[in-house]
Amino acid sequence: MHLPRGSEGGTNSMTDHSKPVIEIEKLNLIFETPDAPVHALSDVDLTINSGDFVSFIGPSGCGKTTLMRTIADLETPTNGRISVNGMSPAEARKKRAYGYVFQAPALYPWRTVEKNIILPLEIMGLSKAEQKARALKNLALVNLEGFEKKFPWQLSGGMQQRVSIARALSVEPDLLLMDEPFGALDEITRDHLNEQLLRLWDQTKKTVVFVTHSIPESVFLSSKIVVMSPRPGKIIDIIDCNLPRDRTLSIRETPEFLEIAHRVREGLRAGHSYDD
Amino acid sequence: MTDAVMMSRPSLINRLYHGKTIPLLTVLLSLLVIWYGGAVYLNYDVLTSNYERNEVSWDAEKLVADAWSMERPILPAPHQIATEINKTVFQKKITSKRSLVYHAWITTSATLLGFGFGTLLGILLAVGIVHVQTLDRSLMPWVIASQTIPILAIAPMIIVVLGNVGLTGLIPKSIISMYLCFFPITIGMVKGLRSPDVLQMDLMQTYSATTSQIFWKLRVPASVPFLFASLKVAVAISLVGAIVGELPTGAVAGIGARLLSGSYYGQTIQIWSALIVASVLGMVLVYLVSMIEKFVMGRMGYRS
Repeated sequence: MHLPRGSEGGTNSMTDHSKPVIEIEKLNLIFETPDAPVHALSDVDLTINSGDFVSFIGPSGCGKTTLMRTIADLETPTNGRISVNGMSPAEARKKRAYGYVFQAPALYPWRTVEKNIILPLEIMGLSKAEQKARALKNLALVNLEGFEKKFPWQLSGGMQQRVSIARALSVEPDLLLMDEPFGALDEITRDHLNEQLLRLWDQTKKTVVFVTHSIPESVFLSSKIVVMSPRPGKIIDIIDCNLPRDRTLSIRETPEFLEIAHRVREGLRAGHSYDD
Repeated sequence: MTDAVMMSRPSLINRLYHGKTIPLLTVLLSLLVIWYGGAVYLNYDVLTSNYERNEVSWDAEKLVADAWSMERPILPAPHQIATEINKTVFQKKITSKRSLVYHAWITTSATLLGFGFGTLLGILLAVGIVHVQTLDRSLMPWVIASQTIPILAIAPMIIVVLGNVGLTGLIPKSIISMYLCFFPITIGMVKGLRSPDVLQMDLMQTYSATTSQIFWKLRVPASVPFLFASLKVAVAISLVGAIVGELPTGAVAGIGARLLSGSYYGQTIQIWSALIVASVLGMVLVYLVSMIEKFVMGRMGYRS
């Protein structure tokens, strides 16, 4: 995937010649539990285009993580159609079409930073030289040069999460799935990583799907915001967020930013049931 | 010993004050006081009836002195045991049949062989239980049941059966030792191999890793801390197993043989010194496993 770069500061130009990466139609997922079946996803329709940065936002239990896990073939839908790169999610997973970043870093404590990053590459059976090269390249991308030989416990939470992002990138997927990757971090670290992530997205032209429950984070990062509501988990609004790609944190004071944030908040409020 | 060398780094007094030495010595001292008192109390009846029979006049001082120097006391005094250990460990050539070092080595070799077998069996069972659902349901109850049978009851059977198929000497003893020590290893390894959390497993899923890749790259390294915890228990138990294995065979060598011959001839001092040597041996074995653990865990980056 090497799309021509969207015009500098352009708004819609990149979506014009994009092809769909993820297509979801009438997707339902029902968990059978001992009490009663839980309708985790209800009639979800969604298309994510190549080069998009799509955020799923919603309160706890709205199915945003479940939807992402379904895309990653970590959950199996009850019915409906879903395709990733034109394949079923299972085929896409077998072809290692995506990199997945979890809520927690999930680093293996017995592996050094470098060894953690090359874990997927070992599994893919790449040559030692290639493994090493990719590890160093991706460590540099997340600004962690010089930390190769450290063990995870020697790193702060933010640095650990950056290692896990580097690990996901080392597979060199066109699609990056990120499940509240910065949820456990303090706000200053989170702002900093948001900026880094945005720059990474701009440089690598990857498609990113991002789960969050922070409104400013979703508006700051996304080109498209998917607002979800719980019981049953469904999409209630899809908001285009056409701020320039090379945004900085100061954009959060601008009227355009606040207007989109307002729309997201209205959507969340409309979808939220206050009976509990 | 090595303690003295290590202590020279910070100030000696500081190390003594904060270290384990003082508490350990305090416990040892109290034990010795109780022991010496117990030796007088327990040997009192035998001694006084002797005095009466031989019409010897006695006072408290003579009683205490005699109680601590009997040839076959009910409870020997610590210094008698120490003297016996000194005689049988340091004064005899280690190849001599009367050397405790010789007997300890016989038992140690059975222990180590049994420990090796037990570790292998324990790990194999755990791998099977974790990976094959049928084995999980069929094997685990048997593994647990095997440990409810008193080893003293089953040890002679094992010796007899193995003797019939021509296996004698070291092997039967180490099989009894293995029988005892595979259990904690199986339990620990099952727990260890299952210890990876959901995220760590999901991660492997997203890489579409094979079962064997998940095993070698995730389950095995995750199980190492559990394995060592089990190994420390297992090595101590396999020593017990080896000693128990020596009892019903009428073995002529080994710690168990010393215990047995000591009890035949009422040689309580010999029994106690064999017991002390056995427990020192056990401590050394556990210490060795701890050292290996420290080394391996350090290499794997675990914080100690």
